Amino acid sequence: MSKILMKGNEAIGEGAIRAGCRHFFGYPITPQSELPHYLAKRMPEIGGVFLQAESEVSAINMVYGAAGAGMRVMTSSSSPGLSLMQEGISYLVGAELPCVIVNIMRGGPGLGNIAPAQSDYFQSTKGGGHGDYKLITLAPESVQEIIDLMAKAFDLGDQYRTPVMLLGDGILGQMMEPVELGEIQEVKQAAKPWAATGMRGRGKPNIINSLYIDPEDCENINKKLFAKYAQIAAKEQMWEEYQLEGAEIVLTAYGTAARICKSAVDKARAKGIKAGLIRPITLWPFPGSVIARAAETAKCFLTVEMSMGQMVEDVRLAVNGTCPVYFYGRTGGVVPLVSDVLAEIEKLVDGGDRE
Amino acid sequence: MMKKVFTRPKALTDKPFHYCPGCTHGIIHRLVAEVIDELGVADNTVGVCPVGCSVFAYNYFNVDMFQASHGRAPAVATGIKRSLPDRVVFTYQGDGDLASIGTAEIIHAAARSEKFTTIFVNNAVYGMTGGQMAPTTLLGQKTTTTPKGRDKEQAGFPVKVAEMLSTLDGAAYVARVSVHNPTHVNKAKKAIKKAFEVQISGQGFALVEVLSTCPTNWGMPPNEALKWLEENMIPYYPLGIYKEPAEVK
Amino acid sequence: MLEEILIAGFGGQGVLSTGQLLANAGMIEDKHVAWIPSYGPEMRGGTANCGVTISDEPISSPLVTEPTTLIVMTRPALEKFEKAVVPGGRILINSSLVEQDVKRDDVTVLKIPANQIAEEIGNPRVANSVILGALIKLTGIVTIESVVESLKKVLPPRRHNMIPANREALERGAQLAEELG
Repeated sequence: MSKILMKGNEAIGEGAIRAGCRHFFGYPITPQSELPHYLAKRMPEIGGVFLQAESEVSAINMVYGAAGAGMRVMTSSSSPGLSLMQEGISYLVGAELPCVIVNIMRGGPGLGNIAPAQSDYFQSTKGGGHGDYKLITLAPESVQEIIDLMAKAFDLGDQYRTPVMLLGDGILGQMMEPVELGEIQEVKQAAKPWAATGMRGRGKPNIINSLYIDPEDCENINKKLFAKYAQIAAKEQMWEEYQLEGAEIVLTAYGTAARICKSAVDKARAKGIKAGLIRPITLWPFPGSVIARAAETAKCFLTVEMSMGQMVEDVRLAVNGTCPVYFYGRTGGVVPLVSDVLAEIEKLVDGGDRE
Repeated sequence: MMKKVFTRPKALTDKPFHYCPGCTHGIIHRLVAEVIDELGVADNTVGVCPVGCSVFAYNYFNVDMFQASHGRAPAVATGIKRSLPDRVVFTYQGDGDLASIGTAEIIHAAARSEKFTTIFVNNAVYGMTGGQMAPTTLLGQKTTTTPKGRDKEQAGFPVKVAEMLSTLDGAAYVARVSVHNPTHVNKAKKAIKKAFEVQISGQGFALVEVLSTCPTNWGMPPNEALKWLEENMIPYYPLGIYKEPAEVK
Repeated sequence: MLEEILIAGFGGQGVLSTGQLLANAGMIEDKHVAWIPSYGPEMRGGTANCGVTISDEPISSPLVTEPTTLIVMTRPALEKFEKAVVPGGRILINSSLVEQDVKRDDVTVLKIPANQIAEEIGNPRVANSVILGALIKLTGIVTIESVVESLKKVLPPRRHNMIPANREALERGAQLAEELG
């Protein structure tokens, strides 16, 4: 198969279509707008639905309608837009509706800017809306990985009846890289007997609902959700190990920051520094098991993020005091340089950890 | 032997309503259910209920139902109808839900001429949360947040939804009706039926605003509430068909 | 081999598409490539620039903050990005549009009257290909053949009649780089 050059935002759209998604509702915001542009053109070609909503609030509620009607549906936005969607995401979780939500993160807080950032980690992984919940969060690092993860995102959503977040930053959305799209596969979608589609002879109404007025009922729903989360945490952790063999300094980073770290690791190795990288691909469930394992032999950890330090808290929980966890981050749309990360690695070596 | 002259519509479940005595939600639910029965579409219908007193409407309509977040029923209905264009989709919303927090959603659903039907219940007050001022509360009307009566200097003017939406090209059918006496109940049912037919024939967005009472939060017995509606609400919210599609010849 | 090229100018000069053409050519040669534009309000203000990275190794960050080669099509672009070029790097100036001199003396500067040469070829729209030709000669990152090959993919079929003029422009640019270099 030949490769084509594709923008990250467009790859999300194409990946979704190939995963059987035929419904998209969204509202324009930089730096993700090429995704709605792409789908506005593609969806009608394949008999799908593209609709520009009047706001992010409406878009996520249109997703709720389509998801409850049994469709594979997606919306996308960037940081401030995701804040607006949080109530709707909480409803989707409460009603156990599968869908894919894309966040191409930009600098914050407030209006911030449109430059790439990773400062919505907490919002994405910890349950950004009200109530007790988690969101499966996938963090690709390249345009090719976007294509590879889109089908996974929809499958996980359907399997566990939960919204799934695809989390990237402005660089990932805007950049073009070669991708291999592969053959279009027939998509096997699970039956959705719970969907509200009109009874059509079923005899009993299906109700899409997140209201449990009796506290005990509501507690039971929470318990049910968390039983599901325990299963997801046990089965669905994804990560990449890079030069981890014998690594004394273990970097942890995701998405664009992880790519920068890979170069820094290479340069450190060339200088004889035993550095390696663990790149979480699922941010929730967080791949704590591999981090705990690496902590047994590592001298220290260095977490690199395009934020003031969010994922680092999960790294510290996983390392659980076995060795020090350091942090290096740039934020507000500033992207760390390979040389910056290398300097941080060297600082740790000079700190006396190197024999 | 007695002859059976009155029966529960099939599109209602047998669950008793939770509404207060004298509340007209029950009548309006019944009218919607009768229309669904008469059109024979219960098996093909998906309803969306709001946040407000009718939040539990999914327990009463014997059709597939969604419970939507506050004000967003038109967006949810858009998602459903765009997914399943051959289904009959309706939203059932109160005045706080539709005319306050959900104004953007209802206006844009109408502007896009989404092919669903909205039943808009206007009783000029927030019921469920405790009788606060609604966007449709009349000037001078006392509520828990306008204890001296709604003052236009402080709280502005009531919103006339039927008039406002009828200015939109995408709105195919807009009517305002009332349920304060049997004659008007019959007229209301005709309008609701028309609003479903407009959807089914693919003519676009249809809305029926139904003037309704809230004896509990208005602080009066049901019979006085019906009278209050007639004497105070109808003059400000004139009844009638504001927009309808030209008859197909 | 790692080349990080920054192409900077105004919208409408074909800055972004020139970058894409180069990235495509690198892809045809099975190299690692990445292209990234500047985006947002800056774009609306008229300036346009993009970074193209072509490498034998996987690319860490596609952002081109310290270009090995800077291609400028406007004076503000030169003023803004001159300092960013790595020592020993190159600055290629479209001298038909930019009269300014480069202030640094630790970079190779090539002034290419690209629009003038494009006029001589008989097609003012191939000016950017003249510069690409020079870049290819200086760096050897891709071949002219690969660029022509990617033109076939990037251009819609109705524009394929532009390909011979582009090829000529690429060759003229390469020739000029050889003469000046």
